[in-house]
Amino acid sequence: MSNKDTYILGIESSCDETAAAVVKNGREVLSNVISSQIAIHTLYGGVVPEIASRKHIEKINQVVTEALEQSNMKITDMDAIGVTYGPGLIGPLLIGVSFAKGLSFASDVPLVGVHHIEGHISANYIENKELEPPFLCLVVSGGHTHLVRVKDYGEYDILGRTQDDAAGEAFDKVARAIGLGYPGGPKIDKVAKEGNPEAIKFPRAHVSDSEFDFSFSGLKSAVLNYLNSMEMKHEPIVQADVAASFQKAVVDVLVGNSMIAIEKYGMKKFALAGGVASNSALRDAMQKACQERGVEFYRPSPILCTDNAAMIGAAAYYDFKKGIRAGLDLNAVANLKLGERQY
Amino acid sequence: MKILAIDTSGLVASVAILDGDSILSEYMVNYKKTHSETLMPMIAEIIRMTETDKASFDAIAIAGGPGSFTGLRIGSATAKGIAQMYDLPIISVPTVDALAYNIWATDSLVVPIMDARRNQTYTGIYEYSEDGEMRVLMEQCAISVEELVEKLNSMDRSVIFLGDGVVRFKELIDETLKVAHKYAPAHHSRQRAGAVAVLGAKYYEQGKYTTAEEHEPEYLRKSQAEREREERNA
Repeated sequence: MSNKDTYILGIESSCDETAAAVVKNGREVLSNVISSQIAIHTLYGGVVPEIASRKHIEKINQVVTEALEQSNMKITDMDAIGVTYGPGLIGPLLIGVSFAKGLSFASDVPLVGVHHIEGHISANYIENKELEPPFLCLVVSGGHTHLVRVKDYGEYDILGRTQDDAAGEAFDKVARAIGLGYPGGPKIDKVAKEGNPEAIKFPRAHVSDSEFDFSFSGLKSAVLNYLNSMEMKHEPIVQADVAASFQKAVVDVLVGNSMIAIEKYGMKKFALAGGVASNSALRDAMQKACQERGVEFYRPSPILCTDNAAMIGAAAYYDFKKGIRAGLDLNAVANLKLGERQY
Repeated sequence: MKILAIDTSGLVASVAILDGDSILSEYMVNYKKTHSETLMPMIAEIIRMTETDKASFDAIAIAGGPGSFTGLRIGSATAKGIAQMYDLPIISVPTVDALAYNIWATDSLVVPIMDARRNQTYTGIYEYSEDGEMRVLMEQCAISVEELVEKLNSMDRSVIFLGDGVVRFKELIDETLKVAHKYAPAHHSRQRAGAVAVLGAKYYEQGKYTTAEEHEPEYLRKSQAEREREERNA
């Protein structure tokens, strides 16, 4: 075995960020370029897949060129290209996958297909150099809510997932209903700081037949019903109180299920991941709950919580080391399951 | 002058290598597999079969649109990935022009029709000069077949139709078109990367190409969300 360093070019285009990054040995970020489309999708109140796909194809070369330039490396210096091939929006995914296959073929640099959620989980490896499996991970974003036992690199046991809306989706919908607009997560987080989280009693939904699954559509309906009833009664709605109370209801369930899992499986380490991991109320509550139980708490910094390609490079590194390679027929898989490999 | 040509604008995936005046290889697949699965293996195969050095291409020519939005982007993104490595220019050939070029040196008008959904066709009207040069009489566009038929009736010349829209629109055309017309046989009727390559070489000589970074498909249509938003704001 040589001790040669391993360099991975990560490419991510599963939703509304076109991103490329160069990652050394799975943990050190040499560049992390993200071209966000959020301004255009804000006009539509959410991500429009066709518009996202068109933006990805406009930006992909520029983003990859910048990632390589910032790391002072050439494509031929790379040991592998890691690309997100699912889950996500199929149109956007196909841009990254098709581009990466073309580049891999032309450069003879091997290709690794990466699961987007695995990328989010792996963002923790970048931020916390000492973190190694096993640990419990809660992945919360606009599209995903997964409670995952990370048994080893690339080995996952999904304990719970959402049965309807993702946590971030609920944030977006409630933000729209109380007039905060898109994207809902950061906006609710900010406004909630001025509000009373105990002002309104919203339900903490627990799924009856599954210990660790989540459900947020009932909570969302409860918020909408509350807004309606206040309007009917001509009573004033305190935006900050609604935001804070709703956020508390989400956080309570996320923390509650996580702690039950920690105790049941005797986990010593816990990591947050995904866009909603940037939510300050969730971070603070989760950290406190972990401390009370003597559990090590990890989370990526906000730039690594959002969709990015450094996390894809980190995840690809561990697959690459296992000898996993994708062929030129790699396809994008919109509903790819965590732990499943479709190539 | 060596060109790699790609057409994934429709149901057909087609790739070709043009070397000077000679098409070294052309590979077409009209099957239910997605372009995402077939395109890159097809490119790899024609390069392997012809013992072509991957670094030896001067440009990539691509059917740049219109067509299936996703199909166009799979072709474009693949071309952009290959071009990124070798800093290759990309030649965007109008899809309908390349389709028309499958028929050559006829006295009839050549009219490709692609099924563009929403009761429209991506089409254009072409003729050949006496020395065999293709001339564009109506640039590629998305219009209804009724509108196209009206235009062709007014031009009063015989017409050759081709393209995947024939299946969908043949009945309507036969009922309403008053001029003599016929339909191209199967081997002339679908997108072929060979035509994209040869037209692409002409474009290249005229300086009509972009960098990989600048290249994007020509959709001829806005996204549904954009159209609806504009209608609301109108």
